[in-house]
Amino acid sequence: MEIAAKTEENILTKESMEILDKIISRYKGKRGALMPVLQEAQEEFGYLPIEIQNYIATQMGIPASEVYGVVTFYHFFTMVPKGRHTIKVCLGTACYVRGGKKIIEKLKNDLGIDIGGTTPDRRFSLDVVRCLGACGLAPVVMVDNDIHQGMKPSKLDKTLEPYK
Amino acid sequence: MSKFLSKQDLEEYRKKIINSRDPNKIIIALCGDTGCQAYGANKIADAFRKEIKAKNLQDRVELKITGCHGFCERGPLIVIYPKKIFYQKVSEKDVSEIISESVVNDNVIERLLYVHPETKEPIVKEDEVPFYNRQQKIISGMNSVIDPTNIDDYIAIGGYSALEKALFDMDPDSIIEEVKKANLRGRGGGGFPTGVKWESCKNAPGDIHYVICNADEGDPGAYMDRSLLEGNPHSVLEGMMIGAYAIGSSEGYVYVRNEYPLAVENVNIAIKQAREYGLLGENILGTDFSFDIKVTRGGGAFVCGESTALMASIEGLWGEPRAKHIHTVVSGLYNKPTNLNNVETWANVPLIINKGADWYSKIGTENSKGTKIFSLVGKVNNTGLVEVPMGITLREIIFDIGGGVPNGKKFKAVQTGGPSGGCIPEEYLDTPVDFDRLTELGSMMGSGGMIVMDESTCMVDVARYFLNFLKDESCGKCTTCREGIKRMYEILTDITEGRGKEGDIELLEELGWVVANASLCGLGQTAPNPVLSTIRYFRDEYEAHIKEKRCPAKVCKALIRYEIDQEKCTGCGRCRINCPVEAISGEKKKPHIIDQEKCIKCGICHEVCKFDAVNII
Repeated sequence: MEIAAKTEENILTKESMEILDKIISRYKGKRGALMPVLQEAQEEFGYLPIEIQNYIATQMGIPASEVYGVVTFYHFFTMVPKGRHTIKVCLGTACYVRGGKKIIEKLKNDLGIDIGGTTPDRRFSLDVVRCLGACGLAPVVMVDNDIHQGMKPSKLDKTLEPYK
Repeated sequence: MSKFLSKQDLEEYRKKIINSRDPNKIIIALCGDTGCQAYGANKIADAFRKEIKAKNLQDRVELKITGCHGFCERGPLIVIYPKKIFYQKVSEKDVSEIISESVVNDNVIERLLYVHPETKEPIVKEDEVPFYNRQQKIISGMNSVIDPTNIDDYIAIGGYSALEKALFDMDPDSIIEEVKKANLRGRGGGGFPTGVKWESCKNAPGDIHYVICNADEGDPGAYMDRSLLEGNPHSVLEGMMIGAYAIGSSEGYVYVRNEYPLAVENVNIAIKQAREYGLLGENILGTDFSFDIKVTRGGGAFVCGESTALMASIEGLWGEPRAKHIHTVVSGLYNKPTNLNNVETWANVPLIINKGADWYSKIGTENSKGTKIFSLVGKVNNTGLVEVPMGITLREIIFDIGGGVPNGKKFKAVQTGGPSGGCIPEEYLDTPVDFDRLTELGSMMGSGGMIVMDESTCMVDVARYFLNFLKDESCGKCTTCREGIKRMYEILTDITEGRGKEGDIELLEELGWVVANASLCGLGQTAPNPVLSTIRYFRDEYEAHIKEKRCPAKVCKALIRYEIDQEKCTGCGRCRINCPVEAISGEKKKPHIIDQEKCIKCGICHEVCKFDAVNII
């Protein structure tokens, strides 16, 4: 379970609390604020460990269980730290029937990690997505914010090379 | 920019923009949609800017970065106006030639033209390309002529004139009447009559009414809503404004997928510009109508495309659907009357108001009016977005527009409706496409994904794929959905891995019935469709897996193996070098062999072999 995810050092420093306070203050008094606060916090820290969730819950006056519920419900949120680059293999239907599955298998094999995992050198995290909406170019792989089209297992090495 | 305070302000501004534009100026419209960006459109744009500046042609030519032109397979695409010269698969290297030949001179570069696949004749104009000439692009057509980040472009083509008409020449009741008369049905999948929904929401008691644009386009294989929000966001906003006026709403939301960064960006820009022009905010165009729109980003949960789950998500909660004993038009977002329509539905509204219900309802079939945008993808030659009148046949879409199945393979099925839909086999290809006919076939319209599958697609594997998706996306509230889908998935996994047994098909049908009938929301109610429709039309494939332990499409790994044809193999060594597990051995220039113990069946050898010597058995 993700809840057991360890944080390497104490992430809740004075500095990070200030960042969180700033984010929260922007949404103060606004309805439906939890989602955007969590989205911005994750953009800032890369992931949402329990410490950060608890801090947000306290500051926003929301039960920690509710924050945890939202974080674990949506795919976008993660409680484990990610690698420097995130590879997202699209497994939308178009990508799937055009060979997306073979790409994910090759990546799992080459990187030695499972879906959701990060390589020990923190270079890559591997994820699947449910359609990037680039179906006309299937199969596609997104590395960070770049979409690579018409992927084949044999093209992967070259595609990933620039991402150090 | 000062705000428009009246209808005249907007009209005068429109005239001013049109007059300030030179109709003879050459416009290079480069598709800058997510798809063409993946092909490198941004670099091409930079090259054009540099070239135009270097040659000092700013007065003669303008580069316009537009939304999706539709023909994604052939990207990056450009169209040169006013002659509508259509260039495809353009690269950075072509830029200076395009400028010197097709801008400075009046020549066409034949190399960049689309060649008719049958006559082999090059085609110069966009609207003569077979992919386009069968379409009727009344909603998506403006994508290729406007810069979505510039509200002036939208105003110049008549944008916001429908809002004017609604505010000054119509009243809320007559607007609703017009939408009802046009028989616009929800493009998100269900096909509920939009006008009826608006009327119920308007009549619902409450001090505040909300309107929502559902841009949580979750169906895998569908991207028409993304392309509309990216390519023509103002048309969606204008539709929402008209709807809000008719319903009596002053607050709207666009709930958009976080996976669509460009759509989020463009809709935010559009809202900001509309506010600056006074088209959103207090007293719009000097009337009593006040309305504003907020953007909420989703969190990547498929179930949030369901209306009640979406509203919970806007409220900052996890997106769990609720029972709709009381409809959301009566009690929706924050328990207030709420009208939710999807992106494409909203984009239809300005057109209906401007051109009238009589014009609109001439397009389409008796019960499904207007056009529908489909994303035609998968195993089809011309992948991309197509907008066609309702009632066109599947065959026309897939073969005439889509150009059929690539690599000489045989068509097997077309999947519509996303994970809620089903697979339709060849014998029904002449079915006219509309809401009701697709439902009759055990599938549904859905939001418009149309995924073509050929003989090398395994239908059992496809059914398993969808259930895997739905098992992860079920919110977990209803036992039948949470557990039922998982059990069906396990049975399908067994079948695809060679452990299928007699009675599995019947058990799937029984479970499917329970899941469909005992789940609360649309996700669970339609979840068995991909399985039931493939059993209905491709039962023999299921039986081959179960009884003969054979995958006819040669997809299911446990039931296939890769072997090298000793006659055909030239010993070039390509497969050996590329094999990730070193399972292939052999001497140079002598036939190679695969060690079946080591082989992980990744298929790379099959992909890289130039002599067609790797067989799947």
